[in-house]
Amino acid sequence: MTWEIVIGLEVHTQLSTNTKIFSGASTAFGAEPNTQADAVSLALPGVLPVLNCGAVERAIKFGLATGAHIAPRSVFARKNYFYPDLPKGYQISQMDLPVVGQGALTIQVEPLSGNAKPYEKVVRITRAHLEEDAGKSVHGSSQGVTGIDLNRAGTPLLEIVSEPDMRSAAEAIAYAKALHTLVKWIGICDGNMQEGSFRCDVNVSVRKPGQPFGTRREIKNLNSFKFMQQAIDYEVQWQIDTIENGGKVQQATVLFNPDTGETRSMRSKEDAHDYRYFPDPDLLPLEISEAWKAEVRATMPELPQAKQHRYVNELGLSAYDASLLTSSREMADFFEAALSAVPSQAKICANWLIGEVSAQLNRDGLDMAQCPITAQQLGGMLLRIADGTISNSGAKEVFRTLWAEGGEADAIIEAKGLKQVSDSGAIEALVDEIIAANADKVAEYRSGKDKLFGFFVGLAMKASKGKANPAQLNEILKQKLAG
Amino acid sequence: MFESSLKQLGDALRAKKISSVELTQLYLDRIAKLNPALNAYVTVNPEMSLAQARAADARIAAGTAEALTGIPFGQKDIFCAQGWLTTCGSKMLHNFVSPYDAHIISQFNAAGAVNLGKTNMDEFAMGSSNETSHYGAVKNPWDVARVPGGSSGGTASAIAARLCAAATGTDTGGSIRQPAALCGISGLKPTYGVCSRYGMIAFASSLDQAGPMGRSAEDLALMMNVMAGYDERDSTSLQRGKEDYARNLDQPLTGLRIGLPKEFFAAGMGSDVAQAVEAAIAEYKKLGATVVDISLPNSRLSVPVYYVLAPAEASSNLSRFDGVRYGYRAPEYSDLADMYEKSRAQGFGSEVKRRIMIGTYVLSHGYYDAYYLQAQKIRRLIAQDFVEAFKQCDVIMGPTSPSTAFKLGEKGDDPVQMYLSDIYTIAVNLAGLPGMSIPCGFGDNAMPVGLQIIGNYFDEARMLNVAHQYQLATDWHSRAPQGI
Repeated sequence: MTWEIVIGLEVHTQLSTNTKIFSGASTAFGAEPNTQADAVSLALPGVLPVLNCGAVERAIKFGLATGAHIAPRSVFARKNYFYPDLPKGYQISQMDLPVVGQGALTIQVEPLSGNAKPYEKVVRITRAHLEEDAGKSVHGSSQGVTGIDLNRAGTPLLEIVSEPDMRSAAEAIAYAKALHTLVKWIGICDGNMQEGSFRCDVNVSVRKPGQPFGTRREIKNLNSFKFMQQAIDYEVQWQIDTIENGGKVQQATVLFNPDTGETRSMRSKEDAHDYRYFPDPDLLPLEISEAWKAEVRATMPELPQAKQHRYVNELGLSAYDASLLTSSREMADFFEAALSAVPSQAKICANWLIGEVSAQLNRDGLDMAQCPITAQQLGGMLLRIADGTISNSGAKEVFRTLWAEGGEADAIIEAKGLKQVSDSGAIEALVDEIIAANADKVAEYRSGKDKLFGFFVGLAMKASKGKANPAQLNEILKQKLAG
Repeated sequence: MFESSLKQLGDALRAKKISSVELTQLYLDRIAKLNPALNAYVTVNPEMSLAQARAADARIAAGTAEALTGIPFGQKDIFCAQGWLTTCGSKMLHNFVSPYDAHIISQFNAAGAVNLGKTNMDEFAMGSSNETSHYGAVKNPWDVARVPGGSSGGTASAIAARLCAAATGTDTGGSIRQPAALCGISGLKPTYGVCSRYGMIAFASSLDQAGPMGRSAEDLALMMNVMAGYDERDSTSLQRGKEDYARNLDQPLTGLRIGLPKEFFAAGMGSDVAQAVEAAIAEYKKLGATVVDISLPNSRLSVPVYYVLAPAEASSNLSRFDGVRYGYRAPEYSDLADMYEKSRAQGFGSEVKRRIMIGTYVLSHGYYDAYYLQAQKIRRLIAQDFVEAFKQCDVIMGPTSPSTAFKLGEKGDDPVQMYLSDIYTIAVNLAGLPGMSIPCGFGDNAMPVGLQIIGNYFDEARMLNVAHQYQLATDWHSRAPQGI
């Protein structure tokens, strides 16, 4: 019997507020050490926390986006432990009463290997709670001394905890990616994984199907999907080997080393802290009214899943195209803005975005937000494809120019003479000339050598300098060749 | 001059009969002379005080002076004051010069008051005798062999000895009222949330409250006008309109209903204290008040409940004193854990350590429900007792402390005996109610006795009125200790 993998995720998303969760200090990334550490971040004697409503608003958004219960009353608790980058000696978090309760996220899973087909899965979200980040210990900046940078201390986090619903690394990554897309989509997190804005702790265990959950080990602080996959693969194999060799998995927290591709135990359950959680007496319980929720709901964008359904049902796109177009908010926004120029041409619009635009971005190492052409520019070009002004090959020329030099489709078409010939009289004359000049090939064609059709198209296109409307040309050629 | 009320001092300053610099210097000279015997101040900084006094004089000259402009006040060393050493009575903060002002300090500064110095206190406000201060015990000016009470003992001693006209205190379980009683002065602990805790070094956050201490209710009212008010930097600060705490001072007391909790007049109170308190009640009857017997059945649980909740919060609040960023760090240590252990072992005194250990214990896994949660439940019952009581009366009266000031060292070896000296004051903090102590006579050994007045939520103005009317009719509050 094979082993079943069981995975649950705890994801720390850094909320995109300008200031910290309990003080007015800036949260901007990359400042000189401790320049963003105000009295509260430093935990000077006597300072007090004041909750940043922007952080709460973002938690509400997340709750709404995952169909979760949003607690009318939640409580901040102190998690007590000593560490040099934890200035108060406790972290303000939420324990018994988190702001966001049970919710769910639907994910598209693309199996990592084999010929298995993509499928949809619902992952249950246990809870999401607000808390503050710790600072950073900087080792090795000078000999024998550890530096403390408290710029990050007090940065707002939403810790999103899933149920152990994932059964493969592919599912875990699909969930993490979907979550990553969602938090960026609803504008609560910039999703920058290098800067630590989206950090995943992965709980992994293995069991024989039908058996109770095995003992889990938690892989801490994964900040790339690639590492996540490597770490899970290694960890799963390690656990299976351990059990099959007669050992037992001990509950532990492990770290993934990207250089070796291995996970290594950081601390075992025996070293677990007693965090002595209790309600923070400096903060009142957080109350969220229906009115506040409604206010936030009114600012929510259409969610990726709703968009996908709309694209399939109303625009006639394939589910695959719809999922690609909703892979990011920027992509979907771009698509919809370009589509507004050619409302009836969703498929062409989708093809260009998924095809040329994405390929060019990829080549240039850009993301959608950095796209050198605007949706309006692309829309202007699509309009000329749709109304037959330019051919596909002409469109590619226009697109290259738009990308490299900017400008406007109509002006480029004009300047480069890309307008295709759709005058049937002119095309007929051209075709007549070709037929006359190639009597032998015409005879061959008429005797059954259908393949020569392309030869005639080529000649005609060449004669029209590529401007003949291909559909029209095909039509006329076919007629005339038939004799 | 040293017997003048705040109002008289303010009037004299504005009438330019005396300058703030002169007044401040008078007090500084008196402190220099008498403080060595009393140890009421831990820090004086004449340069900074006189700079403030000069600014106040300029303001008086410009005609923009307010009620307290130019008057020097002592500030309990629990309040962070920019540029001032702020030690909280601890070795842990022996070198901590605050880079910012507590809300209370900035309120006094904005009013043009002069910071005369930082008053001594029990370490981190943990104590009832002011013997736990790292900077030495404070002496009671009525008898320097006796304690001034705590934790605002430095403030109480300074006021009684006329080393300032008035000063600030903080009260977590009685730390304003008990020393006020033991030193024969007046003190008010406002309703929880009335005075911002921002910049006041936390002992037990859900109980701590700053308040004024002075020689009369009238003085306290003027200080409350400066100290009270909403502060957005304290989430537990209450958003209420500005109020004039002196507005009711002159109201007659006819019809005032005084509740006397039977639990406060039971065994445990010294007979000298009982006598003085009963005489005060009789005086109130003369002033037109009536007396109602009430009961606070759960108040007997106040001390145990308090000694679960306050240490629990303290154990966490004091975690920031770790030797990493500021304050005391052990000179020698082998690694990080050793640095924590040695810095905290050497930086905290034994009473603070005792409470950190109690607090850590009651919050520990497996004990939390039995201690912390249970205590929170009883806390609500205690508060409910008061709600019931205030249906029958306007104010509650009783003794502030079961005894007058005890001898230095007398209770040092017995923490439980020490904890019991707050038996009448703690319930008020647990309920978040305002409480006061005013002098009402003298007991054995000619030591002052305090009368406790407990009011309903936000009823400070009425309490001040109740105290003021008594002080118009009696002169206990204007008695001064002799021979210091």
